[in-house]
Amino acid sequence: MAKFRKKKSNSSGAISTASLPDIIFMLLFFFMVTTQMKENSLFVKISVPQATEVQKMEKKSLTSFIYIGRPHQVAVYGTEPRIQLNDAFANVSDIAEFVASEREAKNEADRPFITTSLKIDQETRMGIVTDVKQELRKANALKINYSARWVEKI
Amino acid sequence: MARSSPEINAGSMADIAFLLLIFFLVTTTMDVDKGLQRMLPPPVDPNQPPPPPIKERNVFPVLINSQDMLMIKGKPGSIQTLRQQAKDFLTNPDNDPNLSEQPLFSERLSLTESEEKAFKILGDIRVSRGVISLQNDRGTSYNMYIKVQNELAAAISEIRDDLSMQKFGIKFTQLKNDEQLDAIRTAVPMRISEAEPKDVGGK
Repeated sequence: MAKFRKKKSNSSGAISTASLPDIIFMLLFFFMVTTQMKENSLFVKISVPQATEVQKMEKKSLTSFIYIGRPHQVAVYGTEPRIQLNDAFANVSDIAEFVASEREAKNEADRPFITTSLKIDQETRMGIVTDVKQELRKANALKINYSARWVEKI
Repeated sequence: MARSSPEINAGSMADIAFLLLIFFLVTTTMDVDKGLQRMLPPPVDPNQPPPPPIKERNVFPVLINSQDMLMIKGKPGSIQTLRQQAKDFLTNPDNDPNLSEQPLFSERLSLTESEEKAFKILGDIRVSRGVISLQNDRGTSYNMYIKVQNELAAAISEIRDDLSMQKFGIKFTQLKNDEQLDAIRTAVPMRISEAEPKDVGGK
């Protein structure tokens, strides 16, 4: 017993954890600032093509997304590539309305800089992509971005 | 001031912060959207007269069929040689009469405002009149289309890099000066025009 007691008195005591909250808060603020909430859940399978000449999108808040790919639920929606706008499947004719509402939601000063990012599965055929592009032209949303994955070499 | 309030125990502060931290850790997505940026042509106005025709030597037609096969300048081509062919067409080093015209700034009849600026910064250089014309079928795969777009963009960015190296000693992508960037962009424009797609493949 005496031996134990002696050892205890020699130890330097517990490390102070008073600064632990501060450290955690620092991490917390870092993640709060860098975080981007995932906007919409995808109903279509998208694996974007690879490219070497990609550029970064400048402002994510000024980007609206159009997704095209095969539906996840093949049994319900079939295997033909479908268009997804926001949180629902859409037809080519819905794009004009979508562009208008996206434009409406943004600040007037920022409207000329709105980019439409096309996230399209690499196995899609160009027919539907062309239809979408023609609709975007008609709706005057001319800045587009073909979403792609950066690779060193194809 | 009757009595000071007792100090609140801050021991659980770390736990609360941890909880928030884990929430943000889970919801965060760090990926930035990347891709090939393009401008679509504005919608055609039926009242406006059609633009003047372009000389045949100044057009570099690239066709992609529904089997993802390429036709470059009327001959079957491949994706491996496309970049070099596009570069040769736009720079035309040997002044081949079949490739694009290369007038000097001083030889041109009129210059736009941005061309005047480029002239001032870069001096009297040859600027290609070439236009790349891309046409695909409705059955072309998106993957192939992006590959072709990528190769054409690579050709143009290589030419821009060469010009920037020659004039400023650094690559185009490393240029910081906006005026220099604009000058090079004007001297080597990205002119890719897309024709209405055909529907031969039938899919």
